[in-house]
Amino acid sequence: MKHLVFLFWLTCAACELGATSGAYGHGFAGARFFPATLSTDDPFVADEFSLPTISSIVTPDDGGTRDTEISSDIALRITPQWDIEFGERFITLNPSHGKAVNGYDNLSIGSKYEFFENDEHEAVVSVGLDVDVGGTGSKQVGADTFSTWTPGLFFGKGLGDLPQGLSLVRPLAITGLVGVAIPSSASTDGSPNPAALQLGFAVEYSLIYLQEQVRDIGLRAPFDRLIPLVEISLSDPLDRGQSGLITGTVNPGIIWSGKYFQVGAEAVIPINSRTGNDVGFIAQLHFYLDDLFPHSIGRPLFGGR
Amino acid sequence: MNRFKNICVMLLLSGAAAAHAHAHAFVDHAEPPVGGKVRQMPQKVQIWFTEKIEPAFSSIKVFDGSGKQIDKGDTRADPANQALLHLSLPPLKAGTYKVVWRVVSVDTHVTKGDFTFQVVR
Repeated sequence: MKHLVFLFWLTCAACELGATSGAYGHGFAGARFFPATLSTDDPFVADEFSLPTISSIVTPDDGGTRDTEISSDIALRITPQWDIEFGERFITLNPSHGKAVNGYDNLSIGSKYEFFENDEHEAVVSVGLDVDVGGTGSKQVGADTFSTWTPGLFFGKGLGDLPQGLSLVRPLAITGLVGVAIPSSASTDGSPNPAALQLGFAVEYSLIYLQEQVRDIGLRAPFDRLIPLVEISLSDPLDRGQSGLITGTVNPGIIWSGKYFQVGAEAVIPINSRTGNDVGFIAQLHFYLDDLFPHSIGRPLFGGR
Repeated sequence: MNRFKNICVMLLLSGAAAAHAHAHAFVDHAEPPVGGKVRQMPQKVQIWFTEKIEPAFSSIKVFDGSGKQIDKGDTRADPANQALLHLSLPPLKAGTYKVVWRVVSVDTHVTKGDFTFQVVR
């Protein structure tokens, strides 16, 4: 397997050195560049790769358990508007009393289709489906034995179309998603598995946009590539006696976006005691495959010429 | 964790192999400055990008307050710096001008944007 992976990357590198054809960008709507957000999925169909995403928070399980996760996600475009996505995470659960356990979570497979983009208004809308494949992870870390299907609607909107009089507000943008997580099994060992409304929002203030579209305030590298943001991630059970038991986090943080990759870090603040009692964190290194490999894996499989 | 270690090694190898790659072109800085005020009448607009540009597929246009294009239509790359574009301007009156740019970086990524500057007396 190791040799196959090595051969795959060598092939990518060879394609890069030999190819001369064109490529498409990602995370853009008109003049607006949207970074990949850490805690909520963004609306863009893209060639991108996150490795690693590291998070840690103390959950209320078993009187307080530190949940530390290392995950990786990859998205590749089939066409300029349609991609497929895969994700996997390694979880370590360390209860305050008892022995720590670790293992892989269920494999996540998804797809997204971007059906609307308006450059003038810096707007984009897409639909997607994510499936957590039941039984592919470790029961030790609570990986479900059933699958969960989550169809969702994703959107992004920059405020660059506001009047010049509101120039300092124009670097703001919002992305978000609305989805419903639908489990394939109603209960497991007597515990109900409710469907849940999934909501996610990110409010971003792009210093990149400020510097190049609004006003050069004299920021230079690396500060001219910063995007402060706040993400909100909520899960609201809808049925099976769990209605109203909402959980979620508010995550203020910052992203630095470079030529080929971005790095980001956020505090993870639980909104209630059901989610946790302490502030956690999430950090991510995220690669732009379309910039790293514009002539091979960084371009759509079809329709990219 | 060996799986993660292997992937990290492959990623470093691939990054080294892609070291010649280019990326999306953003504005590094401009003259007149983005959103700036100038007292001396500018004779041209200059935009420094973060990547080398394909001048044949790139353009800068300048519009006055009424939306009329007023530049000389001669967008060109600097002979000594492929990431720098020039555009000549006629004599400008006091007022606000909008610069609209669209560029193709040498790896064919397209980016675009606009900004304003003011000429004051």
